[in-house]
Order: sequence, then structure tokens, then C-alpha cells
Amino acid sequence: MSISVLKPGLLTTVQDQGRFGYQQAGLVVSGALDAVALCTANLLVGNPETAAGLECTLRGPTLRFDTDALLALTGAELAARINGQPVPTSRPVAVRAGTVLTFDAPPRGGRAYLAVAGGVAVPMVLGSRATYLRAALGGFQGRALRAGDELPVGEWSATGAHLFAALRPANPRGWAAASWWADAAQPRAQPTDALLVRALPGPEYEQFTPESQQNFWAQTFGVTTETDRMGCRLSGPALTRHTAAELLSSAVTFGTVQVPAGGQPIVLLADCQTTGGYPRLVQVISADLGRLAQALPGIHLRFQVITLAEAQALYLAQQQRLRALSSAIQLRII
Amino acid sequence: MYPLGDAALVLELGQAIDPATHRLIQAFARLLDQHPLPGLREYVPAFTTLTVYYDCRALQQAGDLPPYEQVASCLQALLPAARAAAIEYAPGALVEIPVCYGGEFGPDLEVVAQHAQVTAEEVIALHAQAEYLVYMVGFAPGFPYLGGLDAQLATPRRAQPRPLVPAGAVGIAGMQTGIYSLPTPGGWQLIGRTPLRLFDAGRAQPSLLKAGQRLRFVSISEAEFQRLAS
Repeated sequence: MSISVLKPGLLTTVQDQGRFGYQQAGLVVSGALDAVALCTANLLVGNPETAAGLECTLRGPTLRFDTDALLALTGAELAARINGQPVPTSRPVAVRAGTVLTFDAPPRGGRAYLAVAGGVAVPMVLGSRATYLRAALGGFQGRALRAGDELPVGEWSATGAHLFAALRPANPRGWAAASWWADAAQPRAQPTDALLVRALPGPEYEQFTPESQQNFWAQTFGVTTETDRMGCRLSGPALTRHTAAELLSSAVTFGTVQVPAGGQPIVLLADCQTTGGYPRLVQVISADLGRLAQALPGIHLRFQVITLAEAQALYLAQQQRLRALSSAIQLRII
Repeated sequence: MYPLGDAALVLELGQAIDPATHRLIQAFARLLDQHPLPGLREYVPAFTTLTVYYDCRALQQAGDLPPYEQVASCLQALLPAARAAAIEYAPGALVEIPVCYGGEFGPDLEVVAQHAQVTAEEVIALHAQAEYLVYMVGFAPGFPYLGGLDAQLATPRRAQPRPLVPAGAVGIAGMQTGIYSLPTPGGWQLIGRTPLRLFDAGRAQPSLLKAGQRLRFVSISEAEFQRLAS
């Protein structure tokens, strides 16, 4: 079972929930920038949460399913089409062998996730299938997809097979989407002015001047073009510390907002290094990390401070919604 | 002790880069290896800190206290044992890193020699006779932060960084010496290259070096380099 890549899209990589346990060796975690979206897509096709799928950036790939497939799309709306017809998101979609999936130019942009029943079965590297581009490690040959690649697909679960059978897509090259949909992400009010991201004060927060602290929470920050899977450089009011003391390198992670000497913050993302020496102003809460997947040039971010207890409650509630979604999908197929 | 967001806790165990702080961090890390805490995902040792990543989901079921307080109280309870272990801390293994100095592998060897006002041979001797300590691994997969460079060899970074430094390049930047673990842009003064792979995802232990190990550079010929590299 395989998927042929006819066109690679702008930046399409194989990702999963990340590579943990090797940060003390300096190995970055990687994984989907919106782990909840990928997890949701996996559940919708009967996969375990840890299965690998595709992360598509701004312009999605053109893919041909060489065998029958069950897929689900989540994350940003990238205008996926089959035979010219729009493919609905957040639900299982059954396609017959030979079907071609395309993405139109993005109406709103961002990052989308594609899961297929059985998962993208590239070899496991150090416990994960996630692509880490800089070290050419994991994923499909350690790199972004190219035209001509053949992606292996794993064994379907019983749930996946049931979901496919229930949709009964016509043969040949027919397709059918479920009439129901499900999303474990929090209700996302589309930002009117800026994408809201909640955060906790970081270890060096108190080193920043009161004015900088105030500006950080009150103003919006634009996402610059210096943005990739490692991090996202923002532009806004300059943030300054009341000390010039150099810091010793210490741990940083996905969601750390660090501020180099220039005063413009950088939000670190899934491919960020394991340690850094810039002051850590705030840390984005776990429940909002997925929102950063949509932080691409042209978007503005607004940060809101909350408490540690609130942040952990939000994370646990998000995980609870994923459990509930998993149960609901199991029930539907009995 | 302080939080790094909602899923990590930072233990600050010192204020400066020094062997005593390093021993305490290493002793603490070894204790965590021997007594894994509930909900502990992984930890990252650095110069003065040990950052512990935890999983709220596991801790939610484990006790009545909020997750951060559970991790904090477990670590607090381990601190006296870590302090005791740090006193008896046996230094980590000594790892030898073969390096072919100078020539095309060390294009900045003469720069370092001129800056130190010694000959190239003396730079090699000074660099290879010191024993270094791996304080931490970070910045890039397998990249060691080393302490122990002879102060005489301290040389500022290049004014123009190179667009691509090959993996294995051994360099000097200020009071630091290190080994590039991946091909990256870089501004360090390059004095040699090792044929060893500092990071290899195909190994069970992908990083050749880990925090706490001691290190010594061994000067090798270009012929030996080619033999070891093949």
C-alpha cells in the first residue's frame, strides 16, 4: 500500500507526536506543530494517536492513492479537492485506488494535517517517525517530500476498516466523506485582529522592565518572514531587560519565547534546539502550542497571561476531549 | 526551583560554570536514572540547571497535590541525597577524540597560533594535552559544551562566519573549544577535524558524548584520519 507524491507542495513533511527522551543528547523533539490536529486526524481514521501523518504548509501536495485509502484532514483549511470537488475536513473520507487529492491555492493559509488509515509507515528512528530537517533525520529520508516519492502506508486497524466499509465509495476512483465531523480542538474563534496565545511568565520574566512586560501583554506582535519549524521571529515593541548580564545556556522548549539583544522576541517551535542562552520571557501553555502552527508571516499574535493551574487544567481538558473523541469514534462503528 | 511553563520544572543548582555545580547536577541526574519519578518524561542537564519535563496526565492520577507541586516535592526530597552523592561523585569515563590538526582540516590553526604567539605545533600540543569536561550537550544534536581549554589558546570568533562547517570540525571560540556535530554555518576558528561521528541516529546512544564525561584530543595523521573515517 502506498501513496504517490505527484507534487510536493510548499513544505510537506512526515510528522508524529515527536521524538522524546533524547533531549539530553541535544536531539530536538520535532513532531507536528499542531499535535492535537494530527492526533484528531489519526483518531478519525482509526489510527493510534502516535501514528505518523503529513504536515502541509501553506500549499498542500498533490497525492495519488495507489490503493483504497481512508483519510482525514485537520488544521488549517487548505482547500483540498478530489476530482475538482471540495473535500470536507475533520471527518473520515474513503477513497478508491487511483484517486488524486489536490490542494488549491490557500484561501487562508497555515498548516494542515493529513492522516491516512494505517499511518505513513516510514521507518521509526529513535522511537519516532517525525522528520527533523536540519539533521536529515526521521520522516521520509530525512527530508521534505518531493515529486516521485512513494510513501508506504501501514496496516489498517479494525476501526479504520469499519469506517471505510460504512462509507462505501463508488468504484473506480470514487470517494465518499462521512456526513458527521468531529474536532477535539477548542472552539476557535477566528481572530479578528490577532491570534490569541496564552502564556506563563518564563524564568527570566522578572529581568524585563515593567514597561516591556506591560507592552508584551498589551500589544500585538507580527510574524516576520524569518519563520520556520524551529522558530518564529516576531516584530513589535522592543523588549528590554534592566540587566545586561549574559546568561548561561539552559533548557528551552516548544513554546519558549526568548528575547535576543535586539529586543524582538522569537517563539521557539517543534524543531527548536534543546538549550539556549537568551532570556526566556514567557512560555506558551501546552494547550495553545497547536495555535502556533498557524503563526505564519502576515499573522499577528497577542499574548495573554494565565496561571499555572489554569494552564494545566486547559491541557488536561484538551486531552480529555481527545479521549472522548476516540470513544465516540469507536461507538459509531459498533 | 521554578517552572518552565506548564510541563517542566527547572532546578537551579549553582550560579556559575564550575566543576562543583556540575558534579551536583550529574549526581542528581544519576539519582533520577535510578529512581524514576512518577510522570517524569525526560531531563536536560545544563551548566547550572537540571530541567525536568513531566507529564500532567500521569501526575493527575498519582496524587492530590497539583502536578508541579508533586514534582517539586519529589525533587526537594532527593536534594540531600544528591548533595551527598556529589561529594563522592566519580568522574565520568575518559573519551579520546582523534583529531587531524591543521592543513585543510584546520584552516585557522595559524590564526590561533599567531593570536597565542606560539607555533602551530605548540597549539596542537596545548590543545591535545589538556583534559576537558563535557558540561552539557545541546545547541545541536551531540554538540558538547567543553570546559578546560588552555587560556593561552583563547581566540575570538572569525569576523565572517563560514556558510558551512563540516561535521567533525574542531574549533575554538573565545574560551570555548568544541566539535561541530552537524554540518552548519559557523564562526569558530577551525584547527582540526575528527573522523568520529558525534551524532548518529543509527546508534542506540546517538550522541557519542554525554554530560559528565571527560575528554582528551589525540593528534593523528591524515592517513590515520582516512583510515578511521572509512
